[in-house]
Amino acid sequence: MNMTTETIEAMERPPVTMASRLEGELLEVSMGPQHPSTHGVFRMNVALEGEIVRKLKPVFGYLHRNHEQIGEHTSYLGSMPYTDRLDYFCSMSNNWAYALSVEKLAGIEVPERAEYLRVILAELTRLQNHASLLGFLLSDMGAWGTPLMYAFREREKILDLFESLSGSRMMCDYMRFGGCRLDASDEWLARAKQIVDRFPEFLDEFEELILGNEIVIGRTQNVGKISAELAINSGITGPMVRASGVNYDIRKVDGYGFYRRFKFRIPLGEHGDTYDRLMMRALEMHESVSILQQAFAQIQPGPVLNPKVKVRAFRPPVGEAYGRIEAPKGELGFYLISDGSPNPYRYRVRPPSFINLTILEDMCLGHTVADVMVILGSVDIVMGEVDR
Amino acid sequence: MPLRNLEGKAAGSLDFARDDGAWMMESLDQIKSRIEGAVPGAKIEIVANGSPSQQDSLLIDNEHAVATARFLRVDPALRLDFCSNVTGVDWLDRVVKKTIKVKTVVEGVEKEVDQTTEEKIPGYLEAVYHLYSMTHKHGPVIIRMRTADRAECARLSSLTPVWRSAEFQEREIYDLYGIHFDGHPDLRRILMWDEFEDHPMRKDYVQPDDFEWEPTPHDDVLARAKEHYPPRPQLDGAEQIAAPQ
Repeated sequence: MNMTTETIEAMERPPVTMASRLEGELLEVSMGPQHPSTHGVFRMNVALEGEIVRKLKPVFGYLHRNHEQIGEHTSYLGSMPYTDRLDYFCSMSNNWAYALSVEKLAGIEVPERAEYLRVILAELTRLQNHASLLGFLLSDMGAWGTPLMYAFREREKILDLFESLSGSRMMCDYMRFGGCRLDASDEWLARAKQIVDRFPEFLDEFEELILGNEIVIGRTQNVGKISAELAINSGITGPMVRASGVNYDIRKVDGYGFYRRFKFRIPLGEHGDTYDRLMMRALEMHESVSILQQAFAQIQPGPVLNPKVKVRAFRPPVGEAYGRIEAPKGELGFYLISDGSPNPYRYRVRPPSFINLTILEDMCLGHTVADVMVILGSVDIVMGEVDR
Repeated sequence: MPLRNLEGKAAGSLDFARDDGAWMMESLDQIKSRIEGAVPGAKIEIVANGSPSQQDSLLIDNEHAVATARFLRVDPALRLDFCSNVTGVDWLDRVVKKTIKVKTVVEGVEKEVDQTTEEKIPGYLEAVYHLYSMTHKHGPVIIRMRTADRAECARLSSLTPVWRSAEFQEREIYDLYGIHFDGHPDLRRILMWDEFEDHPMRKDYVQPDDFEWEPTPHDDVLARAKEHYPPRPQLDGAEQIAAPQ
């Protein structure tokens, strides 16, 4: 230690108590990457004043495997199973976003039954994603086990549906350019309808048990507020931006698939806090159930795959396309540039949970460390997608 | 701040959105001429896209990039307040062959003959921004910027001051493509580790033979290291370090 006059003077002062020593001094803590509440290998460098967060810098890259470069070195179809690994909770919606972008790039039509199946599978994915998010969030707040198991019980039913349709529970690899890989049998549709019809029962029970809970309200209300202006400017999407009262749902705006044929409402928050983000998920599940019931009523027999699409030597024309869908976590987009070869020249994933983390620091400043976990839980991240 | 009192179902405090339709957006030609009117000196070019997606884009010049972006965001008719996707593209040096029909006289007869010319286009890096409007619910307007070359000093001006959502995505471009964004508040590597030196998304990137290599002294590494280091003393000297007085 360099003994300057200043340090000597400081040593000669009377001893100070711990509380006053820490005043105005920041303690740097590295949260993660092995923290159970960071939902994977996510790290935050946090500067704390006592228990209050004064600075927070997220650190990414622990799960980075350069997904985009692998996509550029393989054929268009070769990336399809790899998109399952982005957001491994929602492989069906990842498949759809990628298929949609390639269909835009190559100008491919999709048969009607395939579009209905896509809507059904994407909404089932939304149900299980939102249900398990609520369970995880409660788990982060200290309600260990029970809420998560309630959510996972429902998720299991939906994963069983995915398994019987695509052969895999999580890595479904189900969609193809111009439709879907396999047709759903009438028995499958009947079973899916049965599960969806019973879903509101679970929702009502879950909401009654959890969302009105005093501890949950105390931990989440007025925590991690985002204003609508900041939400729009920082590009956050999905339930996060709608919790701040911004009416933006790509299902309504773009009307991709057959979403224009269904009647559904867009829940909007008014405070933009963690509680509203939590409620967004619960309310969206109700709307998803309504979309699913309409889809089960409307779906007609027919082909599920456009026979004109080449499987081998698939070469889209030279050009570029950006396609996006409303994935459960927000806007999931794929930007593709074709140079006429069987591999994409540029393959870019626009990951919703990565960009939703842009304002993590703004949400956490001034809150306690315990609140950081709740705020992060309400962002709904999956590291497979954040780090790619 | 008092907590909200919830009576009965918790959903009661929240509202549902009205279903308002999307606005019609102007054509790219109109947008281009309006930018040129609003931002003096801006040079805008329309980049055509041959794909069925019909997503043409605007190539904006680097000097007026921030002013152009600000105009796109605040203009009441456009209101492109949501910058969705920001990404880089690497274009290597390439040769474009152009075939032109030239009239020449062959054996006394005038004929049209194909003449092929080769044009060499030097490589550059590109940043592509996909803009939407959350207010008017239209889009996308795609803008792109190009660097002068692919050398290490490839620079563009950052649009993070205009759209916060570009913050992490521009960092990602800097990390994976090596474009320096002037005016970015916190330009660091984001996905690769800080000590990493190359830019792995570039088209001419070559993977190292062994990512995991580290100079730990064992086996053949130790044998090779012996050539470089002076012989170790018999004792490492630790026993001679006295405790601080």
